[in-house]
Amino acid sequence: MLTAVWVYAELDQGGLAPSALELLTKARSLGAGSVAAVCLGPGSAEAAGDLGRHGAGTVYASGDPAFAELLPGGPAADTVAALVAEHHPDLILFPGSCGGRDVAGRVSAKLGVPVIANALDIEAAEAVTVTSSVFGATQLVRTEFRGRRPWLALFRPRSFAAEPAGGAAPQVVEVPASIDPRHRAARIVERSREVAAGPGLEEAQVVVSGGRGLQDPRNFDLLRQLAELLHGAVGASRAVVDAGWVPYALQVGQTGKTVKPNVYIACGISGAMQHTVGMKGSRHIVAINRDPQAPIFKLADLGIVGDAAEVVSRLIAELGGAPGAGQPPHGAA
Amino acid sequence: MDIAVCVKQIPDPNTPGELDPTTHRLRREGVDAVLDPGDEFGIEAGLALAEAHGGEVRVVSMGPERSVEAIRKALAMGAAGGVLVADPALVGADALTTARVLAAAIRRGPFDLVITSTESTDGYTGVVPQAIAELLGIPAVTFARSVSFDGSTLTVRRQTENGTETVEAGLPCVLSVTAGVNAPRYPSLRGIMAARSKPLDRLSLNDLDVQLGEVDQEIVRVEPAPQRKGGEVVADDGTGAQRILELLRQAKVI
Ligand SMILES: Cc1cc2nc3c(=O)[nH]c(=O)nc-3n(C[C@H](O)[C@H](O)[C@H](O)COP(=O)(O)OP(=O)(O)OC[C@H]3O[C@@H](n4cnc5c(N)ncnc54)[C@H](O)[C@@H]3O)c2cc1C
Ligand SMILES: Nc1ncnc2c1ncn2[C@@H]1O[C@H](COP(=O)(O)O)[C@@H](O)[C@H]1O
Repeated sequence: MLTAVWVYAELDQGGLAPSALELLTKARSLGAGSVAAVCLGPGSAEAAGDLGRHGAGTVYASGDPAFAELLPGGPAADTVAALVAEHHPDLILFPGSCGGRDVAGRVSAKLGVPVIANALDIEAAEAVTVTSSVFGATQLVRTEFRGRRPWLALFRPRSFAAEPAGGAAPQVVEVPASIDPRHRAARIVERSREVAAGPGLEEAQVVVSGGRGLQDPRNFDLLRQLAELLHGAVGASRAVVDAGWVPYALQVGQTGKTVKPNVYIACGISGAMQHTVGMKGSRHIVAINRDPQAPIFKLADLGIVGDAAEVVSRLIAELGGAPGAGQPPHGAA
Repeated sequence: MDIAVCVKQIPDPNTPGELDPTTHRLRREGVDAVLDPGDEFGIEAGLALAEAHGGEVRVVSMGPERSVEAIRKALAMGAAGGVLVADPALVGADALTTARVLAAAIRRGPFDLVITSTESTDGYTGVVPQAIAELLGIPAVTFARSVSFDGSTLTVRRQTENGTETVEAGLPCVLSVTAGVNAPRYPSLRGIMAARSKPLDRLSLNDLDVQLGEVDQEIVRVEPAPQRKGGEVVADDGTGAQRILELLRQAKVI
């Protein structure tokens, strides 16, 4: 019943965001007549091959630098809306990222079409139904689209695993970027990337995450040491991101990243549902918390009731950590 | 500078939320309603800008009649006035409808800046700010972690999945703020007293120039999500690290 399904393929500083290939993998399973990707900004031409391999028959692309220099919402929403008016897709899948939300929210208002956020899955049968989770994934809600198309859905990161489809190279349609001068009123003047050594948080096989129970921002150094010894990445709860201990790029949870490592070690994290929604797909979960009643223990395979910084220091020492490791943690009570 | 801050009253987030399996609406019985704690950051950001650069903060809300309590809290913090759009036709409104109503309410007064939170604590669709901006035809500077204003240009450090971006924007614009942006003030006793006499407009849909579309989405099923079972919880008697090592070995991490 769906003729055309599109994916908003986000570029992340020139390269394709992983969400693009995840969403295309899903899009091509919906039995639609055609699957296309919209990819806007410098790097879109280079990304077309990958998009094609993951199921995009057509890639609507623009290499206009304005898409990277201006806030993405306005210019990208205008371009998507113009493409919609020409090609009439039924459904557009967006990543639930900062940029994806900025574009989808504006497209919804511009075209007067519905948008469903926090989607985890989508099915197309008689109706098109989106599964999303509410209340920290304690409840699943299925919502059917009605009314005007295209229908828009914003997916949580890593809802699908990207798999190449093979197939022919996509048709690349260069789209004119006519940037409304109004959008030039807001521009990005500086970008800084948070790059940590080692694997990225979303790819790492081990994630060592810290929360307020670490007591002192300096104790994140312990987590970094442990992560390094385990070839893993460091994550965090929102409480410590909001407190400015670590950058938002490390946040795991509903409004942060979704991680599914082999082992997730939660250090001094209470286990609020907004946090656990981002990590409960981990294969093994270890939690260290001083409070035996902490909700995190309800889903941990192994729970240690104790001081997080202290247990982590000892773990570092046991693993033969670098000099300086295993020193008494900061401010531990 | 005239600042409109969007605030929402929500069921107390400390009581776990639940959707009624038959009506598919949020269960509200026996749950206190509070000003969304996320919105306090928006109110604070607005008040700080108005104090430094002149102007007033007006709060705008859509919700049931009892949302006046949330607006009163914003007034007690220092907002100059408030608008509540309450209408039975808006029960269960989706993100687009919400944005249409808020944009129409904002347009009734002068505004240079519209401030929202990045997402509501109960609904967290996180697209209402962008939709408002589109309807008002202005930029949306979202996910702000810090905000400064030099009298003409707003400089915002915004957080993204990979780091931060610094954005410069002229007015008018929509600004959505994260919880890391400031430390909201508490209402003072004087503020609470003063709030009683501040203007609070109550509007219904008839008062607004707004076109609502058809119902475009419908919840067809609500069910509990599969939950993970917990394992062993042991007190750290000095062997906690050893126990973790065992698990790491089993998981073939080391
Ligand atoms: C709309 C919305 C979205 C949200 N999104 C996210 C999100 O994406 N990610 C996220 O993480 N949160 C999110 N939250 C916040 C979430 O609800 C919690 O507030 C947050 O996860 C708590 O972080 P925390 O566990 O570090 O801090 P706390 O809840 O303060 O917990 C600290 C824990 O440390 C323990 N502790 C204290 N001292 C020690 C010690 N010495 N050793 C060991 N343990 C100790 C305590 O017992 C406690 O359990 C969101 C909230 C809202 C409203
Ligand atoms: N009913 C409402 N009344 C006032 N403001 C709202 C309402 N709904 C959403 N908002 C604003 O938009 C932000 C994002 O909401 P949402 O997109 O629903 O997650 C909220 O934090 C509020 O600032």
